[in-house]
Amino acid sequence: MAFDYSKYLRNDKMPHIWCPGCGNGIAMKSLIRAIDALGYKKEETVIISGIGCSGRISGYLDFNTLHTTHGRPLTFATGIKLANPKLNVIVVSGDGDCAAIGGNHFIHACRRNIDITLIIFNNYIYGMTGGQHSPTTPSGSYSTTTPHRNIDPQFDLSKLAIGAGATFVARETTYNIFALDKVVIEAFKHKGFSVVEVMVGCPIYYGRKNGFKSAFSLLDWQRKNAIRMERAQSMKPEELEGKFTTGILHRREVPEYTQLYYTLTESFEKSVDKVSMERE
Amino acid sequence: MEKEKFLQGNEAFAEGALYAGCNFFAGYPISPSSEIAEYMAYELPRRKGVFIEMEDEIASMGAVIGASLAGAKAMTATSGPGFSLKQEHIGFACITEVPCVIVDVMRGGPSTGTPTGPAQGDVMQARWGTHGDHPAVAIAPSTVEECFYEAVRAFNISEKYRNPVILLIDEVVGHMREKIRIPKPGEIEIINRRRPNEAYDDYLPYKPDLGGVPNIANFGTGYRFHITGLSHDWSGFPTNDPKRIGELIQRLTKKVEKGEDEILRWEEFMLEDAETAVVAYGSVARSAKFAVKCARNAGKKVGLLKLITIWPFPVKPLKRLAEHARKVIIPEMNLGQIVLEVERVIGGKADVIPINRVDTELISPDEILVKL
Ligand SMILES: Cc1ncc(C[n+]2csc(CCOP(=O)(O)OP(=O)(O)O)c2C)c(N)n1
Ligand code: SF4
Repeated sequence: MAFDYSKYLRNDKMPHIWCPGCGNGIAMKSLIRAIDALGYKKEETVIISGIGCSGRISGYLDFNTLHTTHGRPLTFATGIKLANPKLNVIVVSGDGDCAAIGGNHFIHACRRNIDITLIIFNNYIYGMTGGQHSPTTPSGSYSTTTPHRNIDPQFDLSKLAIGAGATFVARETTYNIFALDKVVIEAFKHKGFSVVEVMVGCPIYYGRKNGFKSAFSLLDWQRKNAIRMERAQSMKPEELEGKFTTGILHRREVPEYTQLYYTLTESFEKSVDKVSMERE
Repeated sequence: MEKEKFLQGNEAFAEGALYAGCNFFAGYPISPSSEIAEYMAYELPRRKGVFIEMEDEIASMGAVIGASLAGAKAMTATSGPGFSLKQEHIGFACITEVPCVIVDVMRGGPSTGTPTGPAQGDVMQARWGTHGDHPAVAIAPSTVEECFYEAVRAFNISEKYRNPVILLIDEVVGHMREKIRIPKPGEIEIINRRRPNEAYDDYLPYKPDLGGVPNIANFGTGYRFHITGLSHDWSGFPTNDPKRIGELIQRLTKKVEKGEDEILRWEEFMLEDAETAVVAYGSVARSAKFAVKCARNAGKKVGLLKLITIWPFPVKPLKRLAEHARKVIIPEMNLGQIVLEVERVIGGKADVIPINRVDTELISPDEILVKL
């Protein structure tokens, strides 16, 4: 039987604003399937997004949802999870949202290791504002603000996440949705800060500016350039030029922040009066 | 148990916040406000509350809003440079109607300015710092005791009206020590946000209730809804309908206007027959009070209007004093910010004389006295 997405969507908010062929819908469906697989209760799940085409996802998903400011959804998520650790907290952020304006919040969220899952919709471009280049736009490609070619170096978001201390980092494509589902489920299950970088196509801006004639050609590009991690390990750096690795790139078990925090608070006696007296 | 404590203004504010039930603090260190963060870092974990030092002030403000949405009573504290960074999220809290308290312990000058020198330069920023039309509530205590009581009031107002409340403390008040009595639990009323009682399915988070304030549920309490910084309708979802947008923006401002009787606070000192009135707030009000006493001793008909709430601006007491005062003196540690409001309200009925200092020196009673 076909999967029934409608029970997780706010069907009265359709049609969505995404362009035909946009990869955001593919990634959203994977997220829904993963939530379904884990049986998360809607009332106990908060989905937080930033600003951008990707950010609009929070309006479509039928959970507790928070559409925040550009680049800063992780800061709100941090407050929510710390105030109520029982909630499942999921953040969706675009590449610009996450790595440009939100770069500082991103690295610190990775470092802290609060049990939040961050799903980055990396489409190599600022979609919402009309196709300006982002920190993940490949060098040499075109955008409305790099009309003569992009000379900026490109961020590798997964490497950045690993470097900043994230305890679970995976990258997948909207081409390989089976693999994507798997890593999203693993990310949700991980106790700590987990990052899934999803390569999504923006045919309207990144695609059109860079010779991709259709939405499919972007998916095909993902197919050709995604190298599974296991295979990449036996390849030479020259062979990996212009390609990206996929799979669970990094995973380690480290005590989770809210658990550490609440273990600390429990070590104090309840009596507030006694505490205040000590300070006098 | 009744207690007396010898505290700094900043510490008294933290005590007041705890008394009010604050259980979440997110901040980034900055002079002259850091004592508030340090006090909270010590106390909150011991009371099962949350303290977190974030990567910057933007993040602190985001975490405060997130925590408040999850049901916490949340606050942050900062000074000018950090207050500038918080503005984007203060606007977010205004339009999404999330209760929170922001302390700005004012330092001198723009930019890094004079970190440990007193000033009152952020008065207009507290009113208009974040973009777009929005309501602002700002309170400026002038004593350590007021720091405590106004902290409680700030949380009460923010919970009841679902709006950020800003505390403008100047460096002198923040760092000065005075003896205060900490009231017993229950002695001051603590107000908590109202909870919705509709069925989950009919729930409209932004439907105005008492006083135009909606009953937005805390996340994780069974309701399911959307919150966005985009203009939205009662359902909480974005709208482009000019009628709904207009209604929202007007309601935000009106809900605070309707609460003015409760939100506004000031003190009148020897004003009944005053021909010359001083209008002051923060540490300057202390110098002003002393100057007024001296002038009265010399037989002059002078009085003081001490503003405690500065936004919304207390129009009533000013109109009243303008009925008999011929001269109104406004000492401020800035180049003239509240004076603009005073001029607007008085409308030429009295001479308005500003006294301004921006060299991070206090305005002394003598400087005021010579104008009385
Ligand atoms: C503070 C701020 N600066 C700029 C913007 C304008 N803006 C909205 S979305 C966006 C870029 C979005 O790009 P990305 O995060 O990659 O998401 P996408 O739209 O591609 O999904 C920008 C610059 C804003 N909303 N807020
Ligand atoms: S502009 Fe690009 S990212 Fe935005 S909806 Fe269209 S295709 Fe998707």
